[in-house]
Amino acid sequence: METQQSEVLLSIRDLHFKFTLRGQVLHAIRGISLDVMRGESLAIVGESGSGKSVLVKTLMGLNDQNGFIESGQILYGGRDLATLHTDAEWQSIRGREIAMVLQDPMTSLNPLKTIGWQIREAVELHQNLHGEAARKAACEMLAEVGISDPERRYKQYPHEFSGGMRQRVVIAIAMACRPKILICDEPTTALDVTIQAQILGLIKEMQKKYDLTTIYITHDLGVVANVADRIAVMYAGDIVEIGRCEEVFYDPRHPYTWALLSSLPQLGVKGQPLYAIQGTPPNLFHEVKGDAFAPRNPQALKIDFVKRPPMLAVSPTHSARTWLLDPRAPKVEPPEHIRALRERGRALRQQGEVTSHG
Amino acid sequence: MADPREKMLEVDHIRVQFGKKRHPFVAVRDVSFDIYKGETFGLVGESGSGKTTIGRAIIRANPLAAGEIRFEGQRISGRLSAARDRQVTRDIQMIFQDPMSSLNERAKVGYIVAEGLYAPGRHCSEEERRQKVAKALSDVGLLPEFASRFPHEFSGGQRQRIGIARALILEPKLIVADEPISALDVSIRAQVLNLLAALQKERGLTYLFIAHDLSVVRFICDRIAVIHKGDIVELAESEQLFAHPLHPYTQALLSAIPQPDPIAERQKKLLVYDPSCHDYRVDKPVWTEVEPGHFVLGNQRELEGYRKMLTR
Ligand SMILES: Nc1ncnc2c1ncn2[C@@H]1O[C@H](COP(=O)(O)OP(=O)(O)OP(=O)(O)O)[C@@H](O)[C@H]1O
Ligand SMILES: Nc1ncnc2c1ncn2[C@@H]1O[C@H](COP(=O)(O)OP(=O)(O)OP(=O)(O)O)[C@@H](O)[C@H]1O
Ligand SMILES: [Mg+2]
Ligand SMILES: [Mg+2]
Repeated sequence: METQQSEVLLSIRDLHFKFTLRGQVLHAIRGISLDVMRGESLAIVGESGSGKSVLVKTLMGLNDQNGFIESGQILYGGRDLATLHTDAEWQSIRGREIAMVLQDPMTSLNPLKTIGWQIREAVELHQNLHGEAARKAACEMLAEVGISDPERRYKQYPHEFSGGMRQRVVIAIAMACRPKILICDEPTTALDVTIQAQILGLIKEMQKKYDLTTIYITHDLGVVANVADRIAVMYAGDIVEIGRCEEVFYDPRHPYTWALLSSLPQLGVKGQPLYAIQGTPPNLFHEVKGDAFAPRNPQALKIDFVKRPPMLAVSPTHSARTWLLDPRAPKVEPPEHIRALRERGRALRQQGEVTSHG
Repeated sequence: MADPREKMLEVDHIRVQFGKKRHPFVAVRDVSFDIYKGETFGLVGESGSGKTTIGRAIIRANPLAAGEIRFEGQRISGRLSAARDRQVTRDIQMIFQDPMSSLNERAKVGYIVAEGLYAPGRHCSEEERRQKVAKALSDVGLLPEFASRFPHEFSGGQRQRIGIARALILEPKLIVADEPISALDVSIRAQVLNLLAALQKERGLTYLFIAHDLSVVRFICDRIAVIHKGDIVELAESEQLFAHPLHPYTQALLSAIPQPDPIAERQKKLLVYDPSCHDYRVDKPVWTEVEPGHFVLGNQRELEGYRKMLTR
C-alpha cells in the first residue's frame, strides 16, 4: 500500500477564516497550515463544530456569504485560491479540479431530473462530449460505480434509488468531472454498514484508477482506520495533531486526541457511563488564549492557559500542537487506554520488523 | 411464559405504504414488536428498509394501511379525540434523522427548542421557558447563548443536538430517536449517550433507538431488531444477537462493522448477503422464537439449521 507521496498537490498556509454574525465575529479557522499530498487519502476528524466542513469548503469557495478569508493562502496549481471571489473565478476549480461528495445524497441531486440527465450534464461540461457519445459515457459511468442495468437506471429519478445507490450516483457525477481532489464530507454516515463498506471500496477503486487525491471528513474512526493514509485532528478551528494513520491511532500525542480515542463506545461497559470530555468547546466569538483544549484537560500545564503551543514534531511525518512535546515539559502519562494502544502499536511494529527481515 | 415486564408500546402487524391506492409502494410489510417500559430497543438494518417509516408511524405522522399501534395498552393509531391526541403528542417525541433539513430555518434556536412548551395546556412562564431552554442546550453540550442564533449558522453536529434538546425539553415517556447521534464526534456522542442513559434511570424513559452505528447500538440497547426491506428478520437481546447472529443478513451486517483500529480494520473479512439464498417457493418463512427471547424469520429448513447453530 505504501506509495510515494512526496509531491505537494495543495498547500494551505496559515489560513484564517471568519464569519460575521449580527455585528459579532466568529473565528472559525484559526491559522491552519496543511499540505495535501498527491494521491494520498487524508482523513480529517475532530470535535463537532471545530471547522472541518468550513475548512474544506474554503477549497471550493462554498462557504456561506457571511464568511470570509481574513488571511492566508491556498496554493494549488500555481494559483492562490484564497484570492478567488466570484463564481466565475471559481468555475475552473469547482468540479473540474476539486469535487465534493456530501453526507446526504439528496441535497446534491435534483429530484426533478433523471439520474442519466444529471450525469450527462457533468460529462458534457467537463469531458467535452455531446449527443450519443455523452449519453454513452454517462451510462458507462453508472456501470463503473456499480449500478447494474445502467440503460434502464439512466431514465429513472433519484427517488427511485435507495440511499446507497444515490450516493453512488453522486460519486459518478463527481468523477465524471475527472477531478484531481475528491472531498468526502461524511460520505457514508447515512448508510448502513454493508453499503458503507461498498461505497468506501468504490472510492478506493476510483482513487487508484484516476490517480485521485481524497480528503475524508468523518466521525467514524472505523472508517478512518479503513481509508486514511494520514489523519489530521481538529479542535476549535485548528489542526492539533497530524500524522500517518498508524502514528495517530497507536501513538497519539495531543490530549484532545487521547480524549477522543478514549470515548469510543467499544471501550464502554454496559450500564456504566462512557468516558466523555468534560465541559464545552470554546466560544469562537471570543479570542482563544493558549491551548484551546486546556480548560477541558484535567492534566493541562500552566503554560497551556497562557501561550499557544507551536506544532512540534514527533517524527518527520507526525506532529502535534501541544507543550507536552517541548523538552522542558514535565512527563505526563496518557490515559490507560492510550497506553494500551501504544503497546499494541509497539507489538505490531516488532512483528512487522520480524516479517520484513525474515 | 408470561413476561413480568410492562409493555409500553405494542406495534402489531403494521403495514405502511406510499403512493397511489392502486399501485402502492409497500415500505413496511408486516412488522410487529413490543417495547417494554424503561428499555432501549434498537432498530437496525439496510438503508431504505423502513426504519424511519416505522418511527414516523409511531408518532402518527405516517398512517397505517393495516395493523395497530398501542401505547400503554391503548390504541394510538387511527383517529383520536383532541384531548387524547394532545396527551400522546406530549408523551411520544421523535428526534429526527436528518439534522440538515429537519429544523425550521426561519426560527431562532431558542424558539425551536421551546416550541413544544407553547402547546395548549402547557402553562409555562417566559422565565421558566428561558431556563428550560438554557438547561436543555447545555445538557447536549451547546452554549445557552446559541438560543439567539439561526439553524443555518451551525455545524451538522450542532444542529443534531438542537433536535435532541427540542425532544428532551418536553419530558416525554417514549422517545423515537432516529439516528440521533450520526453527525456527532465520538466524545459528544458519548456525552449524549450518557445523558440518554441518565434520563432513563431518573425518569424511566423508554427509547426506540434507530441507528447505523452498530457499536453504539450494542452498547446502549437492551434488545435489537434487524430489519431488511420492510421485514424484521431477527430480534434478540443485544449480547445474544452479537454472540449468535442467525439470519444471513444479520451476519453480513455484523461482519461489516468498522473497527477503530487500522490493522484489524484492514484485515476484516466481509460477509455478503444474497437474498436469493432463501428458497421460499414452497416452504414459507415464519417468525419463530428459536430460543427464549431470540426470534428469527425463516422457513422450516432454515430454522432447523439455526437451532443447530445455537446448540454448537
Ligand atoms: N454561516 C455561518 N455563520 C456563522 N457561523 C457559522 C456558519 N457556518 C458555520 N459556522 C460556525 O463555524 C464553526 C465550524 O463549523 P463547521 O461546519 O466547519 O463544523 P464541523 O467541524 O464540520 O462540525 P460537524 O462535525 O458538526 O459537521 C461552528 O462553530 C459553526 O457554528
Ligand atoms: N413519503 C414517502 N413517499 C414515498 N416513498 C417513501 C416515503 N417515505 C419513505 N419512502 C420509501 O420507503 C422506503 C423506506 O424508507 P425509510 O426512510 O423508512 O428507510 P430507512 O430504513 O429509514 O432508511 P435510512 O437508513 O436510509 O434512513 C424507502 O424505499 C423510501 O424511499
Ligand atoms: Mg461538518
Ligand atoms: Mg431513516
